[in-house]
Amino acid sequence: MTRRIPLSTLSKKSTARRNLLGGASVIAIAGLLAACGTAPEDDGDTGADGGDNGSDQVPCMVSDAGGFDDQSFNELSHDGLVAGSEAHGLDPRTVESENDTVYESNIESLVNQGCTLIFSVGFLLQPATETMAANYEDVNFAIIDDDQIVADNVKPLIYDTAQAAFLAGYAAAAYTESDRVATWGGMNIPTVTIFMDGFAEGVEYFNEENGAEVEVLGWDVEAQDGSFTGGFEANPEARSMAEQFISQGADVLMPVGGPIFQPAAEAVLDAQGDNPHLAMIGVDTDLTESAPEYADIFLTSVLKGLAVSVEDTITEAVNGEFNNEPFVGTLENDGVGIADFYDFASDLPDTIDADIDELRDAIIDGSLVVESPSSPSI
Amino acid sequence: MSNQVAQQAAVPEPPTEDAPRRDVGRELLHRLFNGTPMLSVLAVLASLVVGAILIGFTNPRVAEAAGYFFARPGDTFAALWQAVSGAYISLFQGAIFNPNRMDSVQQVLAPLSTTLYYAAPLIIAGLGVAIAFKVGLFNIGGRGQMLVGAGVAGWVGFTVPLPPVLHVAVALIAGALAGALWGGIVGLLKARTGAHEVILTIMLNYVAYLGIQYALRNPDLLRNQENNNPVSPPMMDTAILHSLPGFRVHAGILIAIAVVILYWWFIERSNLGYQFRAVGLNPDAARQAGMNVGLVTTLAMAFGGAFMGLAGGVQVAGQVTSGFTANIDAGIGFEAITVALLGRSSPWGTLVAGLLFGAMRAGGFNMQAAQQIPIDLVLVLQAFIVLFIAAPALVKTIFFYPKGARS
Repeated sequence: MTRRIPLSTLSKKSTARRNLLGGASVIAIAGLLAACGTAPEDDGDTGADGGDNGSDQVPCMVSDAGGFDDQSFNELSHDGLVAGSEAHGLDPRTVESENDTVYESNIESLVNQGCTLIFSVGFLLQPATETMAANYEDVNFAIIDDDQIVADNVKPLIYDTAQAAFLAGYAAAAYTESDRVATWGGMNIPTVTIFMDGFAEGVEYFNEENGAEVEVLGWDVEAQDGSFTGGFEANPEARSMAEQFISQGADVLMPVGGPIFQPAAEAVLDAQGDNPHLAMIGVDTDLTESAPEYADIFLTSVLKGLAVSVEDTITEAVNGEFNNEPFVGTLENDGVGIADFYDFASDLPDTIDADIDELRDAIIDGSLVVESPSSPSI
Repeated sequence: MSNQVAQQAAVPEPPTEDAPRRDVGRELLHRLFNGTPMLSVLAVLASLVVGAILIGFTNPRVAEAAGYFFARPGDTFAALWQAVSGAYISLFQGAIFNPNRMDSVQQVLAPLSTTLYYAAPLIIAGLGVAIAFKVGLFNIGGRGQMLVGAGVAGWVGFTVPLPPVLHVAVALIAGALAGALWGGIVGLLKARTGAHEVILTIMLNYVAYLGIQYALRNPDLLRNQENNNPVSPPMMDTAILHSLPGFRVHAGILIAIAVVILYWWFIERSNLGYQFRAVGLNPDAARQAGMNVGLVTTLAMAFGGAFMGLAGGVQVAGQVTSGFTANIDAGIGFEAITVALLGRSSPWGTLVAGLLFGAMRAGGFNMQAAQQIPIDLVLVLQAFIVLFIAAPALVKTIFFYPKGARS
């Protein structure tokens, strides 16, 4: 008895093969066409280092384990490095750290590449930066989010984001209809909780001024404890935390910790059908602009001027004015700030802009003090 | 009650322990870890070739030159050569020897010192996987065992004042014991209940990671009281494996070599090591021969955990002495699997594989800084090494390796 093979399978097979061949040849032809461009004129320029303005500075940067694509402080700092280098026609070098144990090696390899100014991104690099700064006294260092190192060749770049978050908290309290707002973080660390402190105090201030009773979920300033997703990953935990606060009736959410805002924004988009008043507050950068897919839900953003301060530090070095004076980002020097309300302006009281300006002035002249245990001590 | 008995009687008799059975997982493991040394070398070579292709494809200057390939093909090849040779030369210069930096003895030896520095914990951890494999167990729990070991060794290192040398020794032994306990739990559960060690170790990795995170947030446990960051206090000076002045390398590499010798003696020369190998080759036959398979299973995981815990101790006493975070394992717990695979879980093979991976780490920093090639390339190379070892037929075909040949 012979086995009969259905003809259909045969033809299917050959069609599949033909399709495959067809596809491959299309790709190949496309490749050939793409390779038919004209060769550039040989101008003998092998260096291709761009406009050299005579400065011999080589600005460099080491990320922490988050990497330069973290949509948070590594990426913003990197943006500053690129912008500062372009402005002065410099050729920057960067290395990413794959984990917490390689910082010294990474800094040292940058020193070996002739870097003259090395940015360490994040407090986790503090011990490595301190050691390397002592070993290589002729190289300048700048460390972001840390003010523990005192050395002639180390400039701390720190940010009193509580001041800016205070303004955002005030605006959130003015916006809420449910009298409940929420903030939570990636991890309970000072650079995160400083936002949450400022936010909660801003809400508190609104309550005192206006006799309101807006409640802050997710953070207790007194106890310095609250809700955290346990890391800086855009994962289901980050989403379920947002859902939990939405179900508790919060209508303004401020997740603090890089990419954890994304799952929260998805949760907000899904819940907006039931509650169109739901909104979020971004942190670090103006998320209305940098995350346009969620632009409709950001009431405003708390800005941390990482890029600007990195850029300024490069300019100082190029002008031979590098110093170890800490840069402290405040509302006064625009090192921290609050973004525009964009379309949400119409949902806020008419006086909001004036109120925010008044608060900003009060904080700058010292008549209003925003206190956070995590604020820079300098 | 009687109903239950009746039900049980109706169920067909399950195959008894004594019946011969095919354990596919065990066979696969066996094949993975028992390739020839030649195969390991060829796998490394093949992965370097794949790495070269990746470097070429991702290099912007190559892409630019390929745009006018037919107008001036030489440009493409020149750019390719520059990208690939630049990458591998800088890898070599960072790991072995850099002719551009020869102003002092320290500069000449710095790359090798960095290689040994990163190799030490890799070798020790590699043995933690290798010893479990000798009994046919897959120890994926390196991360958890290392974290527990690092946590305990670290705690001893920054709270218990002891004289120099003794302090380091006590801290490292405490770390190894903690790791042994963490691994031993898995062995015991496997021996007593038959629970699968892969599942158990993976789950215990989470327990250890979250446990360390918790401890690092609690100032009464591991957190530095002086600030709010989830970082431990620095080690006391007496508990540090000090680097040679001017170099990075410290006594960790000597510890690693000592552990390799210990492992060799244990597996090849000791009575218990013989039982380990017997159980690994055929647990049923070993049981018939009167060996206590359950005990061997428990001990194998405990020893594996002890090596991992020791590696964790070296991390806190040698690599990051300024205070550690919950990522102190630095991925070594998983990289150790590759090290043991490449070294075919033999003592010397694991030593060489650990040195190679240490060199890749050391060179990776230089490659990234000098050529701006992402460090991920090193990870890709390592992944391809595993892939090629797992598919020996592929490597044999690529290199026209004679069929059935063994070296």
